[in-house]
Amino acid sequence: MSQGTAVEAVAIPPQQRRLRMRLRRLDGKVSPYLYISPFFLLFAVFGLFPLAYTGWVSLTDRNLLDPTTHFVGLDNYTALLHDSYFWNAVENTLGIFVISTVPQLFLALVLAHVLNTKLHGRTLFRMAVLLPQITSLVAVALIFTQLFSRDYGLINYVLDHVGIGKVDWEAGDYTSWIALSVMVIWRWTGYNALIYLAAMQAIPDELYEAAAIDGARPWRQFWHVTIPNLRPTIIFTVIVSTIGGLQLFTEPYLFEPDHYGATGGSARQYQTVVMYLYEKSFGSSQFKLGYASAIGWALFMLIAVISLVNFLIIRRIRSAD
Amino acid sequence: MVKYIRSRGRGRLVALLALTALVAAGATAGSAVGKARDTITLRVSLFGDFGYHNVYAAYEKSHPNINIVEDIQSYPDHHSNLAKHIATGAGADDIEAIEVGFVAQFKAQPQYFYDLRQFGASALKSRWLPWKWQQSIAPNGAQIGLGTDVGSLAICYRADLFKKAGLPSNRAAVSKLWPTWKDYIAVGKRFQAHAPKGVHFFDSGSNVYNAMIGQLNPAYYDAKGNVIVSSNPGVRAAWALTVAGIQAGESAGLAAFSNDWNTGYKKGVFATVTCPAWMMGYIQGQAPNTSGKWDIAAVPGGGGNWGGSFLAIPKQSKHPQEAYDLIKFLTSPASEAYVFKNTGNLPSQPALLKSQPVQNFRNPFFSNAPVGKIFANSALVLKPQVTGPHQGDIQTAATNATQRVEQHKQSPNASWNQFLKDVQNVS
Repeated sequence: MSQGTAVEAVAIPPQQRRLRMRLRRLDGKVSPYLYISPFFLLFAVFGLFPLAYTGWVSLTDRNLLDPTTHFVGLDNYTALLHDSYFWNAVENTLGIFVISTVPQLFLALVLAHVLNTKLHGRTLFRMAVLLPQITSLVAVALIFTQLFSRDYGLINYVLDHVGIGKVDWEAGDYTSWIALSVMVIWRWTGYNALIYLAAMQAIPDELYEAAAIDGARPWRQFWHVTIPNLRPTIIFTVIVSTIGGLQLFTEPYLFEPDHYGATGGSARQYQTVVMYLYEKSFGSSQFKLGYASAIGWALFMLIAVISLVNFLIIRRIRSAD
Repeated sequence: MVKYIRSRGRGRLVALLALTALVAAGATAGSAVGKARDTITLRVSLFGDFGYHNVYAAYEKSHPNINIVEDIQSYPDHHSNLAKHIATGAGADDIEAIEVGFVAQFKAQPQYFYDLRQFGASALKSRWLPWKWQQSIAPNGAQIGLGTDVGSLAICYRADLFKKAGLPSNRAAVSKLWPTWKDYIAVGKRFQAHAPKGVHFFDSGSNVYNAMIGQLNPAYYDAKGNVIVSSNPGVRAAWALTVAGIQAGESAGLAAFSNDWNTGYKKGVFATVTCPAWMMGYIQGQAPNTSGKWDIAAVPGGGGNWGGSFLAIPKQSKHPQEAYDLIKFLTSPASEAYVFKNTGNLPSQPALLKSQPVQNFRNPFFSNAPVGKIFANSALVLKPQVTGPHQGDIQTAATNATQRVEQHKQSPNASWNQFLKDVQNVS
């Protein structure tokens, strides 16, 4: 190696050396951007462009089967504001979101706390909570739909046996929300628990020791040491759950016994916003892409607003600092 | 053809899709190596099983340069994908099935399909029932598809349950019980009075309602293409009768093609079901244990149609002539007769409907009922219905409306009013 550098030092004339220097400086400045560019290029093609294009389509009366398209300005959005089915879908989505996310994050926190103690076979349990996550979403929805089925479902069989009687889960407003929330909770609790667990393990033991010396019992330690230290993680999980929860589609779509039309029940009792978008675009023979795009953008704004609200609420958790 | 494919078929569908993908991969690999220029692969996109497998094999044998690959999807997915594929200009197969509920919508855009007259289809016109031929003609006169089957109606009923409820169980006597739908609902009341516990007269209000709608002409659209749901007294009458049946406790309240509906066949929780010809195959697949307990009677009101399809060639096809030759073969009298015997899908060609093999065909699963005669004669007297682009969505709205009454979510009047509002919304 030393021989090579010696040759270089001798052979390269000063002018070329200056060029190299300049290239090296350029390399230091430009290369980092080149290294991260694949993400931004892909994001521009598959994220930004569809977003902008959907925005454009939402200003037109585009229909999949109609070759002529006209610019209609904000007409789709105006119609959307007066569309009772859209607001019904918003209400359903928020309802299902609340009754699935709140218990789910709470359960995940408790689960993470338990997994953080010295259990026998801890690794096994930690892996087991992630199992629902790697199960196919369609399989989950189909199995749970069978469990909740009116005449031959396992849940109704048990309820009937203990004297409560059968419940028509799919037909009822709140019963259908509960059934769907159970699917969401089952699938996502373990995932959030693992995120909490990782954050919990980053909390220094000294804090707990100090708390113990001050006489704090485990429950008090949980509230006053663990939770404040988890604050950034809780904010993260709440935001991610908001984004995912408001886009709920597969579970309610497959929950519907006759899912042609994607109406989410006979009285649209569990039609989510994305299902409504699908109904207007591809799920029926309406193919109203312009209107569906407007729904997409409305959902985007809705998620932004609710994420912000959640962020402001969760920020009030007392920080560890 | 089977109008919907539900959960039962899903696993099999996935396997089938994987298989077709494999076959396709093998075929392209094979052709690239060997007789590259000679072999033409024709892709056929269907919903549900049209019963064509052996027909393809026969065709490939007589046409060694043709290789046929079939793609099967569910009923809703197939049609929405077809719309996507023709609108975006890529992805459609050489041959695409279109169900009668969608044909009005696709023929309104004839620029996306080959006009089959350019291949000489006009010469075959006399093969089909005149209205079947007419249904796939675009407003500009182009013929965009050749007819496969029709779904003429009958009533499939459980003779054993009829006997238990003290009703006649012989098919001629049963047919005499219900010359009209009003009689059918009245028989339901008699049945319900003595029915075994947990057994209902029919499966779902929507199937009874749709059967009545299937006999109307006009029903949802008039000849000019206007939606006439709210002003058509026939639609209102069908609704009122359906509601009367539901309120008399005759409905098992099972959404058609749901899991519980499928299980309902096995457990025998409903005694009658509206039966288009293709439904025979569905029942046999769902409840093989009930063989011999079923029988088939005439449909109240006579005639009526539910389902039936066409085969069309999208403009994207690179081999339209070969594709046309294939659909001509698939819809030939010999093929349609073969498919009827094996799957129950009823031919759409009068000569065939009147032929001895069809007329004499009996189905052992349905107590040896002369199903050929029943369905063929029903098809021959069938009065065609004018359909429109949003036929399928109006039907979905109607199904939801009957379910709201069954599930006690709304009063019949409120549900009807919401149905009318939905109709306005989709069209």
